[in-house]
Parts: sequence; C-alpha cells; structure tokens
Amino acid sequence: MDSKKIKLAKVYWKKNLQYLFFLLSIWALVSFGASILWKEWLDQFYFFGFPLGFWFAQQGSIYVFVLLIFIYVRLMNRLDDSINENPKK
Amino acid sequence: MSVQLWTYLIVGLTFALYIFIAIKSKAGSTKEFYVAGGGVSPLANGMATAADWMSAASFISMAGIIAFSGYDGSVYLMGWTGGYVLLALLLAPYLRKFGKFTVPDFIGDRYYSQSARLVAVLCALIVSFTYVAGQMRGVGIVFSRFLEVDINTGVYIGMAIVLFYAVLGGMKGITYTQVAQYCVLIFAFMVPAFFISFQMTGNPIPQIGMGSTLNDGSGQYLLEKLNGLSTELGFTAYTQGNKPIIDVLAITLALMVGTAGLPHVIVRFFTVKKMRDARKSVGLALLFIALLYATAPAIAVFAKTNLIETVSNKKYSSMPLWFKNWETTGLIEFTDKNNDGKIQYLANKEKNELRIDNDIMVLANPEIARLPAWVIALVAAGGLAAALSTAAGLLLVISTSVSNDLIKKVINPNISETNELWTARGSASIAVLIAGYFGINPPGFVAAVVALAFGLAAASLFPAIVLGIFSKKINKQGAISGMIVGISLMLYYMVKFKLGWLGEIPPKSEWWFGISPEGFGTIAMIANFIVSILVSKLTLSPPKEIQEMVERIRVPEDF
Repeated sequence: MDSKKIKLAKVYWKKNLQYLFFLLSIWALVSFGASILWKEWLDQFYFFGFPLGFWFAQQGSIYVFVLLIFIYVRLMNRLDDSINENPKK
Repeated sequence: MSVQLWTYLIVGLTFALYIFIAIKSKAGSTKEFYVAGGGVSPLANGMATAADWMSAASFISMAGIIAFSGYDGSVYLMGWTGGYVLLALLLAPYLRKFGKFTVPDFIGDRYYSQSARLVAVLCALIVSFTYVAGQMRGVGIVFSRFLEVDINTGVYIGMAIVLFYAVLGGMKGITYTQVAQYCVLIFAFMVPAFFISFQMTGNPIPQIGMGSTLNDGSGQYLLEKLNGLSTELGFTAYTQGNKPIIDVLAITLALMVGTAGLPHVIVRFFTVKKMRDARKSVGLALLFIALLYATAPAIAVFAKTNLIETVSNKKYSSMPLWFKNWETTGLIEFTDKNNDGKIQYLANKEKNELRIDNDIMVLANPEIARLPAWVIALVAAGGLAAALSTAAGLLLVISTSVSNDLIKKVINPNISETNELWTARGSASIAVLIAGYFGINPPGFVAAVVALAFGLAAASLFPAIVLGIFSKKINKQGAISGMIVGISLMLYYMVKFKLGWLGEIPPKSEWWFGISPEGFGTIAMIANFIVSILVSKLTLSPPKEIQEMVERIRVPEDF
C-alpha cells in the first residue's frame, strides 16, 4: 500500500469505529438500559396494552437490534463506496 | 384425515425435499465442503443462518420457558438476538475478509501459533459437542411424540437423514437444506400463532394481539388479565421478574456474547462472497430470526392464559381430550392432593397439584386452541426442521475442526485435496455417530450444560477474535493465556455450581458477585480480556507481517 492509501485506510477505520461506538451505545441503552435497569420506572407508562419496560424487553429491543444492523449496512456501504476510486460495478 | 396421517404426509414430504436438495448439491471440493464454495447469496445465507441458529430448543421450548418465567424469560429473547448485532458489527465482515474456513484458522494465523490454533480447536469442540447432544435428543423426542415411535428409533432416523446430507453435501448441501428448513419451521411456527391470536383478541398479528384487549367482550387487556390470574394463584405478576438485576444483566450479556462466539454460527459468514455481503447477511439472518423470536413471547402469553383458564380450579373429570393425551406422555402430571376432584394450579409447592412441562406450550397449543389436524402435523415438521438443521450445522463444524484444523494444519499438511475431502466426510460420519450415541444415552448433565455452551463460547473464543481484529498489539502469549483462563474459569464455575462434581452444589448465596452459572460467562469473558491485554503488554509485540494482516482485514476487498 502506498502512503496515500495508508492514510485513506486510517480515515476509513476511524470512521468505522465512530459508527460502531454510536450503534453499540444504542444497543446497550435499549437492552441493558430500557429493558433491565430502567424497566421498573418505564413500566408506569403504557404502550398499547404493554407496560413500556416489559415491551422493550420482549419486543422493542429485538426490533431495534434488526434496525441497528441495517443502519450499519447502509452506513458502511456508503463509506466503502466513498473510498473506492471506481465505485459501483 | 387423522392427525397421524397428516403428520406422516407432511413430515415425509419435507424429508423427501431435504434429500432431493442434498443430492442436487453434492460437494466436489474441500472449499465446497467447508464453505459451500464461498459464493452463497446474502439472502440464502441469512435463511440458512436462521435455521442453523434456531434449534429444537428455540422452536419447542422457548415459548414455554417464557410462559412460565414471564419477564425473566426476556434474557433469552434479548440474549439470543442481541448477539447478532455484535456479530454484524464486530466479527462477521472481518472474518469474511480474512477468508479461510474456520474460527481456529483465524486464531491460529492471527496469533501465528499452532498452540493458539489447538486451544481454539479444543474450545470449538467443547462448545459444539455440548450443543449437539441436545439436538439429537430433540429429534428423537419430536419423533416419539408425533409419530408414536420409540425415542431411540427417532434418533436413528434423524441420524440417517443428517448423515446423508451432511456427509454427501458438506456445507453446500447443508446450506440449501437449511434454506428449505427455515421455510418449513417459520411457517409451522407462525400459522398456529395467527390462529390463536385471532381467536383470543380478534387481531391475527400475534405481536399486536399480545398487547390488545380480549375478544370476550370484557374490554380487558390480555396482559392485565394474565397478571391478575398469576397473582391470584400466588405467582409473581407476569410482567414482573424475580431474578436480581445483576444476574439478569450478566445472563443477557453472556448469551449475547456467546451467540456471537458460537463456531457454527460464525462459520456461516465464511460462505458469502464479500465483506459487505457478510454484513447484509447477518442483518437478514436476524430479521428471519426476529420473526420467530418476537412471536414466541406472544404465544407464551396466549398459551398461559388459555391454560390457566382451562384447568385452574376445574373438575378433573371435565378436562378436554388433549389434557388426557398429554398426560400419557408425562408432559402433564396431575395429583389430586386434597381429593376434591378439582385441579389446583398454585405457586405454593405444597398445595400445587399440576406439573406442566415447558414444551407443551408449543406442542399442545394447536390442540388446546382446537386448530385443524394439518396444523398439528405442521408443528411436528417444524420441530424436526429446527432440530435437524442445527444438528447438521454443528456436525459440520466438528468435522471441519478435525479435518482442516487438526489434520491438514497440524498433523499432515501435505494431505491431498481428495484425501482431505474424504477425511472431512469420515469425521462428519464419526461425529454423527457420537452425537447419536449421546442422543440415545443422554448423560444426565446434557440438559444442564447446553445453556452453558454460550458461557463457554463467550469466555473463550469471542475475546480472542475481537481483540485479534480491533487491536494490533495482542500477541500469541496474550491470546493463549486469555483463552485458557477464560474457559477454565467457566468450566470450574460450571462444575462447582451447576453440576456439583466438587461435592454438594453450594447455595445461591455463595455465587460470585451474585451471578448464576448461566450468567458467569460474562465474568469469565472479562477475565479473558484482562489477561489477554495484560500479558500482551508484558511480552513482545506481534511481528510486523501480522500487524499488516490485521490492517488488511479491516478494509474492503476492492480497496
């Protein structure tokens, strides 16, 4: 790899780590936060017929997990294209 | 047509389909045998991963476990889905870019050490064998319940089918049969759920039905009703938990990390073409898994409410036919302790007269809700699809570990392609025989240990892989000592607090940090991370070419 490429690879990796940090924070907040630590407190609110904390634990967290992966897929596909000199084939 | 006839018909048809696919996709090279040639589409791989992942336990037992544990059951729902986020973000794309066949391949190369490779093989084998024994038993149980054959006969039939397509087709055959098996199992799981949700709440979507009002004109919310019924009988309210928060946190994390570290799941992402396919494929896999996992808690609520309403404080003599049917299988047991001819289902163990097995929530649900015979047959086919697909995936990991990681990489590197392929087939056959043996003679500790396979994977392989990708400084001394400390600590805790092989099982009050054996994987994993990092700091950095390899696996293929 020449020096320009090495630099680009560093930028790419840094950006990737930022995405990971952001998405994994949401992952942790929804599962360990909303579904476990703050569950009691959230249960005073209702979401349709569900106590909210219980809903996060048995439904919401699963939906958020699926969403997080697809957001990451989108972000990384865009990042991959941006560092590629001849994108789209 | 009778249930029996429908079952033979539907199970027969699905088996014929699996065998047909297996013959069509025979593996011709080791690359096809290990990773299906490396050109599987993200969609097909997503479905295959979902079937690979969802075992007899997910299909048959999970809804029941949740039904009887209420909020506490959430640890399984979150643990077994949240791990896929870790897989997509931290592992799958990089392992794909690394581009060999197995987890020990990665660990052996990244840590430039045959010892690291051997430790990884050992960890992979321990994890996979604890897991596969339960699957073969599952096949036998489903056969015996629905086709009225002996459990052992069921295990033999299951062995023959798996042997046929795993040995012949390797990963290639398994991938495409798993795609078919996913379709069968998800259809079989959803159909009764739609029916029951509609019957109870008027809304056919179970995820919405679960939070809706009842169909009986009372206008009461289903969950509110179930909470009421539970507390009346002396149980904790359904939406409340009993477990201490620290343990819930630890179990959830251990299951998540363990899921991401299971070799038979990771290896599926070696079969796609590129990094970006690997990411997308994990997303699709989780979407397919989420369909079942978001439905299971709804089934749990429907079934539990139905069950309590049908049996609680009702005359034994007026029980419906299904109650008597399942009594003969031993899944329901009634002892009339106070001789009043009525069934008392209570939290109080002294007075409770009814024992109900977890599995009944899915298996008997169609009968409890009086669904047509073909739906009951479908559930049988679905349970078999779930058990067979997981067993096949695990057997393949075991055979690859032997033929690729041990024989080709350590014992005889000069082995020819043809011989290696035959070795792979031979070790797959032997693995089937061993798994079948455990299926027929289950050691008492299997059931207890399957749940701990996650803790073992979390404690051993996950940290070594993640550190290998995200740090260039972790060296072989660090990784090897980390893996050994992690897995030994987990095994020790398991043997002491779960199996009781070191004298009597100590009481809960002696658990370290108040964490159960199921959650201890979290502690062992943290220990692994700390040891790996500290030892690496005290010893020489990895060689330059290894650091360059790490840089290479971090960027996309066409970079």
